[in-house]
Amino acid sequence: MGKYIIRRLLQMIPVIIGTTFLIFYMVFALPGDPTAGKCGERPCPAAYVAKYRAEHNLDDPMPIRYAKYVAKTATGDLGTNRYGVKVTEDLKKRYVVTGKLALMAVAVEVVIGIAAGILSGIRKGRFIDNLVLVSTLFVISIPVFVIGALCQYFLGVKWGLFPVTVSAKPTLYELFMPAFVLGSLSIAYVARLTRTNLVENLRADYVRTAIAKGLSRKRAVGLHALRNSMIPVITFVGFDFGGLLGGAIVTERIFNIQGIGGYIFRSIYNRDGVAVVGAVTALVIVYLLVNLLVDLLYGVLDPRISHD
Amino acid sequence: MTTTTQPGIRPANATGKITYTPVDGRLLDVEDLHVEFHTDDGIAKAINGVSFTLDQGESLAILGESGSGKSVTAQAIMGILDMPPAKIPHGAVKYCGVDLLTMPDDRRRWVRGAEIAMIFQDALSSLNPVFPVGWQIAEMFRQHRGMNKSDAQAQAVRLMERVAIPAAKERVKAYPHQFSGGMRQRIMIAMAIALDPAVLIADEPTTALDVTVQAQIMSLLQELQQERQMGLILITHDLGVVADVADRSVVMYAGRLVETANVYDLYRNPAHPYTRGLLESIPRLDQKGQTLAAIGGLPPNLLRIPPGCAFNPRCRMAKDVCRVDLPALREVASGRHSACHFAEEVIDA
Repeated sequence: MGKYIIRRLLQMIPVIIGTTFLIFYMVFALPGDPTAGKCGERPCPAAYVAKYRAEHNLDDPMPIRYAKYVAKTATGDLGTNRYGVKVTEDLKKRYVVTGKLALMAVAVEVVIGIAAGILSGIRKGRFIDNLVLVSTLFVISIPVFVIGALCQYFLGVKWGLFPVTVSAKPTLYELFMPAFVLGSLSIAYVARLTRTNLVENLRADYVRTAIAKGLSRKRAVGLHALRNSMIPVITFVGFDFGGLLGGAIVTERIFNIQGIGGYIFRSIYNRDGVAVVGAVTALVIVYLLVNLLVDLLYGVLDPRISHD
Repeated sequence: MTTTTQPGIRPANATGKITYTPVDGRLLDVEDLHVEFHTDDGIAKAINGVSFTLDQGESLAILGESGSGKSVTAQAIMGILDMPPAKIPHGAVKYCGVDLLTMPDDRRRWVRGAEIAMIFQDALSSLNPVFPVGWQIAEMFRQHRGMNKSDAQAQAVRLMERVAIPAAKERVKAYPHQFSGGMRQRIMIAMAIALDPAVLIADEPTTALDVTVQAQIMSLLQELQQERQMGLILITHDLGVVADVADRSVVMYAGRLVETANVYDLYRNPAHPYTRGLLESIPRLDQKGQTLAAIGGLPPNLLRIPPGCAFNPRCRMAKDVCRVDLPALREVASGRHSACHFAEEVIDA
C-alpha cells in the first residue's frame, strides 16, 4: 500500500510538468505586450518595463523561463497577479468557497441520487422506477444555466426560500441552492448508476444465498446487494468531486460565487498570465490527488482490488 | 404464543422462536408440487406434480439433466424462487408436518438457514465478494441467534475448523476470492451447517470443482450428514457422485418424477428407459474405443411439453400409447416406482 502510494506520487511528477508546461507555453507564447495597459492611457516608463521584464524573465528563451517558473513554484510561490496580489492568497480564498460548494454538491447528489436509484432499482419497471428514469433524463437534458435561472426565479424570487445570489464569504445556507443546481446533473447520473448496479446485483447468486440464509429481504438488499452496488457509484462521485474542485464557471457566475472557476475565467479574460498558470497548476495537483484518493478508496470498497 | 394444535410445532421456546420436531422421523413431505414460470412466450411448466419424502438421517438424490426441474424443486422447498415470474399453483411442502408454502414469510424466513439450509453449485459467486468469509458465517449466528460479534466470530472459526480449512483462525478475515474452489465450497458448507439444520440441500455441490476435490467435498458432506443425522437432498446430474452417498434416488424428467428406487437397484436395473439412457451414457473404461452412447434428441421445451409421456420423442421403446397417455408413477417392484407404460419390460431387459 505504502509503495503503491509512493509510486503513484512519483507518476504525478511528469503529468504535472507536462500539463503546466503546456499551459505555460500557451499563455505566455500568445502575442501581446504584458505591460501594455498597465499604466493607464499612456505607455509605461522604460524603467518600469525593464524591471517588469526582468522580474518575469521575459527576455529569456521559453524553456529557461519555464524552468525558472517551476523552480519558483516548487518553493510554494506562484507569483503575483497583475494587481500585485499573491496568487496563492487568491487561490486560498477561492478554494474555501469552491471546496464548500463542491462538498455540498456532492452531498446533494449522493443523498438524492442514491435514494432515487435505490427506490427505482428495487421497484424495477414500476411507477416510481419510470418516474425516476424520466425525471433524470429530463434533468440531464436541461442546460445548467436554465436550471439555475429557474431555481433563482422560483426558490429565490417567488417563494423567497433561498437568497438569489451569495455573498463574498457564503454561508452553507446561501450555498444550498447553487449546490443543488451544480449537483443536479450528477444526481441523474448517480441515480441511474445506482439503479443499474442494484438491479444487476439483485440477480446475483450471493443475494440468493443471503435469502437462503434466512436474512430479511431488507438486509439481503440493503446490505448485501447495495454494498456491492455502491462500488462504481462511489468511484463516480469521487471523480465528480475532483472535477467540481476545478470550479464551476457557469454556476459560479449565475449565483455570483467567488470560486476558482470564476477566478480562472477572469484571469484569462484579463490576460493575467501569472494567475492563469498558477491557478491551473493548483487545479492539476488537486485533481491528481483526489484521483489518487479515489483509487485508494476503491481498493477499500472492493477487496478484490489490491494495491500491492 | 398461544397453544397450537398444528402437528410438529411446539410452542415457542425460550428464545421466542418456534421449534419444529419431526413426526415419526419424517422431515419433509413434498406433495404434488407444481411450479410454473410466467414468461413473455407463455407459461413454462417447470415442475408438474412432484411428490417425495425425506426422513431424518436419509440421503436422497435427485437426478436429471439440466432443465429437468431439480434445482427448481430445491428452490421451491427453500422458498428462494423469484415470484414472479415463478408461481406455485398447486402443492405443498411440509416440514415437520407444517406447510411452508402457506406460511407467512416473516415466519418462513426463520426456517431458511436454521432448519433447512442449502449449498449451491458455484461457491465463488454464491459468497458475497466484499465481506470476509468469517463475517458471512458469523452472520448466521448474529441474525438468527442474536449472538454478539466476538462469540459469532468464534463460532465461525469453529465451523471453519470443522470443515477442515487449514489455519482457520488466521483465514477467518480473508475474502472469498482468496480461497481455492474447494476451500470456498467448504466455507459454503460451514455456513450451511452453522445452525445445525435438520435438512441440507446440496444443489450440484461439486460440479464446479475438479475431480479430486469433488471426492473430498462429497465425503465431507457424507461425514457431516451422518454426524448430525441430517436429511440430505443431493441434486446432481453426476451419477457417479450419487452412488457412494445417496440411500434413495429419484429421477426427474420434464418436471416429473420418472423413477424412484434405492441407488443399488437403480444402477443395477433401471425401471425407466430414461434412467437406462442416463446410465448408458456414462463413459466406461471397458468400452474404450467405442462411440459414447448418448440419449438422442433434447429435453423438451417446457413451454410445449409433448402430450403423453414427455420422454416419448427420445424413447427407443415408445409405442402409440406413449404419445397419448401420460404414464403415472406406479410401484413396479417392492420399493420401486416407475412412470413408464412398459416398466416391467425395461426392468427385465
